[in-house]
Amino acid sequence: MRLELGKIKITDVQFGESTKVENGTLFVNKQELIDMALQDERLKSVAIELARPGESIRITPVKDVIEPRVKVEGSGVMFPGMIGNKVKTVGSGRTHALVGATVITCGKIVGFQEGVIDMSGPIAKYCPFSETYNVCVVVTPQEGLGTHAYEAAAREAGLKIATAVGEAGRNVEPDEVVVYDTKPLLEQVNEYPGLPKIGYIHMLQSQGLLHDTYYYGVDAKQIVPTFMYPTEIMDGAITSGNCVAPCDKVTTFHHLNNPVIEDLYKRHGKDLNFIGVILTNENVFLADKERSSDMVGKFVEYLGLDGVLITEEGYGNPDTDLMMNCKKATDAGANVVLITDEFPGRDGKSQSLADAKTEADALVSCGNGNIILNFPPMDKVIGMLDYIESQIGGYEGSLKPDGSIEGELQLVIASTIANGYNKLTARTY
Amino acid sequence: MSKLKVVHYINNFFAGIGGEEKADIVPEIREGVVGPGMALNKALGDEAEVVATAICGDSYFGENLEEAQATLIEMIKQYEPDLFVAGPAFNAGRYGVACGIIAKAVEAELNIPVITGMYIENPGADMFKKDLHIIATNNSAADMRNAIPKVAKLGLKLAKGEEVGPPEEEGYHVRGIRVNYFHERRGTERAIDMLLKKINGEEFVTEYPMPVFDRVEPQPAIKDMSKVKVAIVTSGGIVPQGNPDRIESSSATKYGIYDISGMDSLTSDKFMTIHGGYDRAFVTENPNLVVPLDVMREMEKEGVIGELCNYFVTTTGTGTAVGNAKAFGEAFSKKLVADGVEAVILTST
Repeated sequence: MRLELGKIKITDVQFGESTKVENGTLFVNKQELIDMALQDERLKSVAIELARPGESIRITPVKDVIEPRVKVEGSGVMFPGMIGNKVKTVGSGRTHALVGATVITCGKIVGFQEGVIDMSGPIAKYCPFSETYNVCVVVTPQEGLGTHAYEAAAREAGLKIATAVGEAGRNVEPDEVVVYDTKPLLEQVNEYPGLPKIGYIHMLQSQGLLHDTYYYGVDAKQIVPTFMYPTEIMDGAITSGNCVAPCDKVTTFHHLNNPVIEDLYKRHGKDLNFIGVILTNENVFLADKERSSDMVGKFVEYLGLDGVLITEEGYGNPDTDLMMNCKKATDAGANVVLITDEFPGRDGKSQSLADAKTEADALVSCGNGNIILNFPPMDKVIGMLDYIESQIGGYEGSLKPDGSIEGELQLVIASTIANGYNKLTARTY
Repeated sequence: MSKLKVVHYINNFFAGIGGEEKADIVPEIREGVVGPGMALNKALGDEAEVVATAICGDSYFGENLEEAQATLIEMIKQYEPDLFVAGPAFNAGRYGVACGIIAKAVEAELNIPVITGMYIENPGADMFKKDLHIIATNNSAADMRNAIPKVAKLGLKLAKGEEVGPPEEEGYHVRGIRVNYFHERRGTERAIDMLLKKINGEEFVTEYPMPVFDRVEPQPAIKDMSKVKVAIVTSGGIVPQGNPDRIESSSATKYGIYDISGMDSLTSDKFMTIHGGYDRAFVTENPNLVVPLDVMREMEKEGVIGELCNYFVTTTGTGTAVGNAKAFGEAFSKKLVADGVEAVILTST
């Protein structure tokens, strides 16, 4: 499977009469996007606001972040199975991405898991979306709408708007075109016979409401582990339906821009042979954990992998899946490196993980989510601060009268994301 | 700017008041420096000075823990210090433990930074390295000239509220505290390097060695439940509506104890869950799914259990540090035992 990804660099975002890209500026027609989202009767109102790097803006409670993309050539559409009814296989042909732009869904909380993005100030350095040009979709649900329906409505609004904004890149000449190419298994193995065969075990969050992820529209709770071409993910084969603890949330943006896949491709054919992605889930029942991790081990053996990287989403319960996958992949003959984040308590003194295995002797840390930070007040809030003290990472007294916040790093979207996207890490003092 | 004030703690031996035979001397405090305080004062330079030296015999300290601490803290307090230095104790075991105890007490009572120094095999080092900055010294007082400048340098940083560097830079014993920093390369690049090294049999360093957990041996089974008082304890975040004690939805720092006397089940108008780690929708409608009061009441009526405790204990399990969870358990278990509870049903989510 071969995908050309055309990167259109976005350096500003503005409202305009039509949604288009001109000289690196993304213009969006506000009313058009609002009308599109309001076709969903579950939503009472929708507002569109813009947030640029350096502005004194706080966005919260953030549900998802999506990079606008459009399928230019090849089968399928973006986010197959999620919007509309088209579920053709994606991952080949050509796709254009508005790099540097995002669509962010926010509004009244569904659970407690939604987070914060600061566009400037001392917290900005922890969040990748403090550096992007953001089109914020603020949704208000109909009175009395159930949480499951509200989550679905907010998720679909984000995907629809991101798709519409992505269309603006269809006929724009990209600043850069990157080609990603993975061959059918036997060919791929034979292409670089001298290099170690590397796979990626991608654990999808699937613990329940606000903890779901979708693969071609299928709730990841209901999948058994499967194997995929890495490029499929770049066309939206995986979308986030979850608001797991904000700091280690894998947003839809992060699925599209999965850093493990990106960096393995960079070294593909140089010092490793990137074979593909084993997709698995993080269900809460022990039987599911056993079945899924057994199948992961079976894939590792069947594919003859020399090494695997494993990433997880969330913490606590999924640490068990992480350790089971680590053990079974090791038993299947692969060398394993884990990528995860840490929750050792506010004093940093407790165990960082909820489970451990001796096989987990190689781990990359994406930082400690429990440290306490001070978020200064911002001139403008997109969304609302009403829920800060009950959002994950907040506590009694977190929100100060001047709008500043004292809270754990956990509050910040994707700040300790456990897939290696960021540079934040932790060491022992 | 006036100099920062430092109070120094040493034992009778370093104060020049005899050896083992004088280890029972009671606490005293003298103005200015005594013994190794002279070198400390010099190393502190222009920014700080040792205003007083507290002295106590190690035997007296060890045999009169409460009294020695209380007396010493009163003495130290008078000098309004900005920093407290204990030792260094090198490999002197009782002295090391005394330095650890008094330093920890001063930090807690007077709310000022504290520092000490010890050899790695000093039992005090293991006991207090998580709580304190303990400069790593050699095993004898001959190392004083190396140890004192490190104590002074880090002590000054602490007193001035400056950022403390990693143990290998500052010279203190690794405390086991996980601290964030920004690496020059992102996680995936480091992970791929680590993986290739592992495959090639080259040396690599994990960024987080696997933690060790306490394992609790289960109690023997209770043969006859019909005489036993049972309590429900949950990490599922069930609280009265409005969450009166403001228990966090994740990484809890507190637990709650709530009355259920006279109730046959938990009703959704009175109880809710604030847990941030699972789908709350069903439990919001029926809190008995996590605190099974309805079933327990039936069992109580049928005589399956002797009695149900008239309260339940609750916190949020998700993201809650083991250290906090352990402290909660130690605290509420005492109450449960005092209230005659002999069995607990733990529910998680």
